[in-house]
Amino acid sequence: MPDPILAIAGLDAHYGDFQALYGLDLTVAPGEVIAIIGANGAGKTTLMRSISGLLRNQAEAIRYQGEPIGHLRADQIAARGIALVPEGRQLFPSLSVEENLIIGGQLGRRGPWSLEAIYALFPILEERRAVPSTALSGGQQQMVAIGRALMANPDLLLLDEISLGLAPVIIKTIYDALPGIVSSGMSAMLVEQDIGKALSMSQRVYCLQEGRVSLQGRSDQLSRAEIGRAYFGV
Amino acid sequence: MDWLNAIVQGTLLGGLYALFAAGLSLIFGVMRLVNIAHGDLIVLAAYLGLTVTSALGIHPLASLLLVVPAMALIGYGLQRGILNRTLGGDLLPPLLVTFGLSVILQNGLLEIYSADPQKMNAGLLETASVLVGGISLGILPLAMFAIAVAVIAGLQWMFYHTALGRAFRATSDNQAIAQLMGLNRAHVFGLAMALSLAVTGIAGVFLGIRTSFDPSMGGARLIFGFEAVIIGGLGNLWGTLAGGVVLGIAQAIGAQINPGWQLLAGHIAFLVLLAVRPKGLFPRMDG
Amino acid sequence: MSASQYRIVQSSGASRIAAALGLIVLALLVLAPYWAGRADLRLLGEVLLYLSLASLWNLLAGYAGLVSVGQQAFVGLGGYALFGLTMFGGLHPVLAVLVAGVIGGLVAMPVAALIFRLRGAYFAIGTWVMAEVFRLSAAQVSALGGGSGTSLPTPVVQSLADGRDAREALSYWLALAMALLALAVVYGVLRSRNGLALTAIRDNELAARSLGIDIWRTKFTVYVIVGALTAATGALLFLQKLRISPDAAFSANDWTAFVIFIVVIGGIGTVEGPIIGVIVFFLLRETLADLGTTYLIILGMFAIGVMLLAPKGLWGMVRARSDIQLFPLRRKVVAKPKD
Repeated sequence: MPDPILAIAGLDAHYGDFQALYGLDLTVAPGEVIAIIGANGAGKTTLMRSISGLLRNQAEAIRYQGEPIGHLRADQIAARGIALVPEGRQLFPSLSVEENLIIGGQLGRRGPWSLEAIYALFPILEERRAVPSTALSGGQQQMVAIGRALMANPDLLLLDEISLGLAPVIIKTIYDALPGIVSSGMSAMLVEQDIGKALSMSQRVYCLQEGRVSLQGRSDQLSRAEIGRAYFGV
Repeated sequence: MDWLNAIVQGTLLGGLYALFAAGLSLIFGVMRLVNIAHGDLIVLAAYLGLTVTSALGIHPLASLLLVVPAMALIGYGLQRGILNRTLGGDLLPPLLVTFGLSVILQNGLLEIYSADPQKMNAGLLETASVLVGGISLGILPLAMFAIAVAVIAGLQWMFYHTALGRAFRATSDNQAIAQLMGLNRAHVFGLAMALSLAVTGIAGVFLGIRTSFDPSMGGARLIFGFEAVIIGGLGNLWGTLAGGVVLGIAQAIGAQINPGWQLLAGHIAFLVLLAVRPKGLFPRMDG
Repeated sequence: MSASQYRIVQSSGASRIAAALGLIVLALLVLAPYWAGRADLRLLGEVLLYLSLASLWNLLAGYAGLVSVGQQAFVGLGGYALFGLTMFGGLHPVLAVLVAGVIGGLVAMPVAALIFRLRGAYFAIGTWVMAEVFRLSAAQVSALGGGSGTSLPTPVVQSLADGRDAREALSYWLALAMALLALAVVYGVLRSRNGLALTAIRDNELAARSLGIDIWRTKFTVYVIVGALTAATGALLFLQKLRISPDAAFSANDWTAFVIFIVVIGGIGTVEGPIIGVIVFFLLRETLADLGTTYLIILGMFAIGVMLLAPKGLWGMVRARSDIQLFPLRRKVVAKPKD
């Protein structure tokens, strides 16, 4: 197995007095897609926030491309090539669709993704490039959020609940685009409520329960019963 | 004719008020910070202009080349060194810290320059005028107004058509997500304050050419700028220009009735507008 | 264990000791005209009036979240009301101080209705505009000396009490009464239902609203009470000075900057803070005042330093190390000893 692009070891995370993650261990190999599943409150979003730097941690708890990054600010981590599609999309309402995409690429990292490439992936966005991002439908907003993260040409893409609140047909459109996105060698971490989707999109899966890893393994080898136990802790 | 003249002069004066206001409006828009020391920073810029002018023997307008970058540097340093530490959910720290800064600046200027009124001499520029339709328009007020329009147009363009403006708007929308785009909030805020004080530098030098000034007059300049911002509507730069003009006209009309009423008339116009149009004349639609 | 074994208390051991000490200090203060010299008595009176202003501003900003930088409007209003009522209304000065307070409260109502439209920091500057309007208006009243001001006529001064010492003593006792009243009102408001509502609003305005707290009315009530007491304090300040002018009466430095520094240094949002702050402020002033403007620069830096490094002020630093409360506000559940 090659050196992991992301190695998390003994990660604790706190919100004030409340501890959300307890000694979490996790790795992502280059080019690998892993899925994170777990019930509400299991710590999935906290994990995403910790990796992306929105929550500060102990430096050594998170190593990326061999270097400790747990202590860095979110903008420093972004500059190293980790991009997050945040839960709830969180586009910039004062920016147009195209501006939202451009600002995603403002660090100037090189790679396959450009405005043209995003527009080729989601043609509807080109049509609506000049409108304020708030004028889009939920599915289109999610496309902008994904495009905005891709514009950074990340080596590791974090996707937090990208299907939340979207119609099934939209979810399918977005997930159909995912294999093409990661085929360029990008690694990805996917937080997903839909366990079937999570397993089919990923090579490995981690299940979180109350801030700890309750199960991990190859997505094609875990049984539904095992996952059910790890998910609900029965 | 006197009344028409008052309105025209008041309009031109409104340009200066818009310059006072633009910097205030900018930092409020980007980081929701209200800088109580803003007026004292305008006065500081006037004194910097005076010092540069007399030390180098140059025209006050030429001093802008030094004062504006100096103020921008001060702004960046102030933001990164002090003000960024005060920004969070709580309203009190930024307010009280800038209030403290205001007292420090005022007394620092008093210490260095004394309470004696000073003025910059711009020579011919101060007296030159053109006659338009029977009204004598000073070249200086005209130039001030033109520069105010240019500054506001420039800020507007910067805000909506440059990477910096995009960064300002994104950070204003959502600081955490902007950070994910690689924008360092502390730096973006530093740049916003630098820009705000650069505009303040222009305002201060023009203030120093137009009238005599002393260390105590910062508070009133803050209030004029603030009134222009509220009259125009928060977060609307062109509205700020309109607010400055309304304020200038109200003051000129007040002064026309009774010289003692100049400032009072401006404040009362502000309060009346606050009562009838609490969101300002041109509220921003997207909130 | 049944519920009857618990009771809810607001007092604490430290507060009982503080109450005993407080009574001793109070007795000393009441007797001050008999042991203090004339200059010390004046200084003490000024300290007490500043304590009143600081406590009131603390209630406004530290509890109700109404950060005003324009309370000089009410100080000046009170001062001018005193002069107007005694000179033209023929009122006895003490009665005039009371009426000045009522006027302050009445004027605060429309002022609040207008400037409550401004949020947060803009509210702060709005209060300043109000103070400027008051100052400029006062300068237009020629009967009270216009822009250059006027002195309290000798007959009015003499009507206060017979002899200079008696006048000085009375004026001091009035200042002491004012400070005690301000402290009592602040403490009373905070212990009342309104106080709980204020704390709820300060902690989370949205949650407070969802609990059915009428935020506007609660803040309005506090603003009017503070306006009335600030005006009465202003009347007493100018009864001490015997001379008034727009610039002195509506001075942003004297009646707002210093007051804010006192509260910030002592500890904003605590009843004890202004007391500590006013002591520190006057110690600094009496030792550094010769430095003039430098003193103000040092004061400003000190306040900024406190705000950045210890935002709860000196009293907050004490509190962080021990659980002392001189004015107990928190309610504690205490288990009764078993019978």
